[in-house]
Amino acid sequence: MKRLADLLAPVVFVSLLLAGWELACRAFEVPSYRLPPPSAIGEALRESGLLLLSSGWNTLSTALIALAVASVLASALALLAALSGLIERAIQPVMVTLQVTPVIAIAPIVQIWAGLAHPERAVIGLAVVVAFFPIFSGALTGLKSADPDLERLFDLYGATRRQKLLRLRLPTATPFLLAGHKVAAGLALIGAVVGEFAAGSGGSQGLAWRIIEASNRLQTAKAFAALFVLAVMGAALYGLLQLAERRALVWWRGR
Amino acid sequence: MIASLSGVEVDYRGRGRALGPFDLQVGEGEIIALVGPSGCGKSTAMRLLAGLEQPSRGTVTRAPGRGETSLVFQAPTLAPWMSATANVALPLELAGADRRTARAQASEALARVGLSGVEAARPAQLSGGMAMRVSLARALVTRPKLLLLDEPFAALDEITRRTLADDVLALWAELKPAILFVTHNVEEAVYMASRVVVMTRGPGRLAGEVAVEGALPRPAGFRVTEGFRRAAETVSTLLARGMEAAA
Repeated sequence: MKRLADLLAPVVFVSLLLAGWELACRAFEVPSYRLPPPSAIGEALRESGLLLLSSGWNTLSTALIALAVASVLASALALLAALSGLIERAIQPVMVTLQVTPVIAIAPIVQIWAGLAHPERAVIGLAVVVAFFPIFSGALTGLKSADPDLERLFDLYGATRRQKLLRLRLPTATPFLLAGHKVAAGLALIGAVVGEFAAGSGGSQGLAWRIIEASNRLQTAKAFAALFVLAVMGAALYGLLQLAERRALVWWRGR
Repeated sequence: MIASLSGVEVDYRGRGRALGPFDLQVGEGEIIALVGPSGCGKSTAMRLLAGLEQPSRGTVTRAPGRGETSLVFQAPTLAPWMSATANVALPLELAGADRRTARAQASEALARVGLSGVEAARPAQLSGGMAMRVSLARALVTRPKLLLLDEPFAALDEITRRTLADDVLALWAELKPAILFVTHNVEEAVYMASRVVVMTRGPGRLAGEVAVEGALPRPAGFRVTEGFRRAAETVSTLLARGMEAAA
């Protein structure tokens, strides 16, 4: 009974919210370009669903490519930093600077580097920048958080540096890496959207471009529809990674 | 003699003296309990004998070979991503043994500590007592000459503690490693050791030594014998005196 109530509660709440929104729009005769009622957004979804989905795929694939690139770069750099304290100290200020600089602020520069003919490269580059940090810091923390007593045992048994890395530090880092990737995936999607906004032109054909395009034409319902697709995509990506993380942890820990 | 500390002192930067001067000789096949108040440097003495730490002054001699000294901590300290067998096989594999041989010897060691059938289980699936046995099996798999136990049963309940104490003594009778174990528990020290070394409050020095009579492993009812009671009382007196001496 309680489980049913738990399941129904969000459904009921969201339905009430949508109904209130719909009724308010009609009662106060809000013009649709200002705030479209949910029914108009549903209509826009039906009309341009295919277009939005293909744009959504553009944005999603950009984010996934960025995630893969960030994963390789961040893991490799974290490994170097974990192996050498000198390298860690050397790159620390650059990492912090990268993390605290708003991605939107470096977007125009990245675009110049990518070349105006390749806006998609700039978008991937920006998404890589935002996805990089959680993976890097997760991997580095994980590589440095081996159980000190277990490390003493490895020393006692005369383990080489290589053995300690492969059999102790990398396995210890696994859960941290998984958590880092989960956070990074969401950020990569945000980075891709921000990149598309900054690129501004239709060159990228992503969801952000659909939102700009629709807003410029005062097709607010279509902009909302695009937003809806984006939100669903983000939630699905997060859910998928959450599931993957849980599965991987079961494998790692045996339950 | 299998290992010794002579005139060792350990200073930690910023925290002053942690141990010593302190002497300890561990004879072959001997079981020694190291008892003392918290912070007296018992664990430091143990790390010196394991070669994991160097003394600021004095000399340490230890069994030189790889795997000749083994260590068991208060926590089982198992790798959660490895099966029980893989955890036990680890010291052998790190020393270059091939996987099949190492795993076979690990299964044997697990059987010796009474854990047949949990070879594939992960540490998270084992009870505290079982995990401690896996840890013990890992320490024994290299057939060490010196087994160091750093408060190995402190986190376990009384029943499990007593069972494990008897099991350790039975394993000792079979393999005859020298055992040095640290404990807070006077009765446990007297029950398990043929010699109890009492330390003063930190920085720890020798407060006294008590030889415990009687056969090892202990016969049933040893805890109610006159010899047990007398030894326990002497150890307690030495402990109390050690606290005052430093104060």
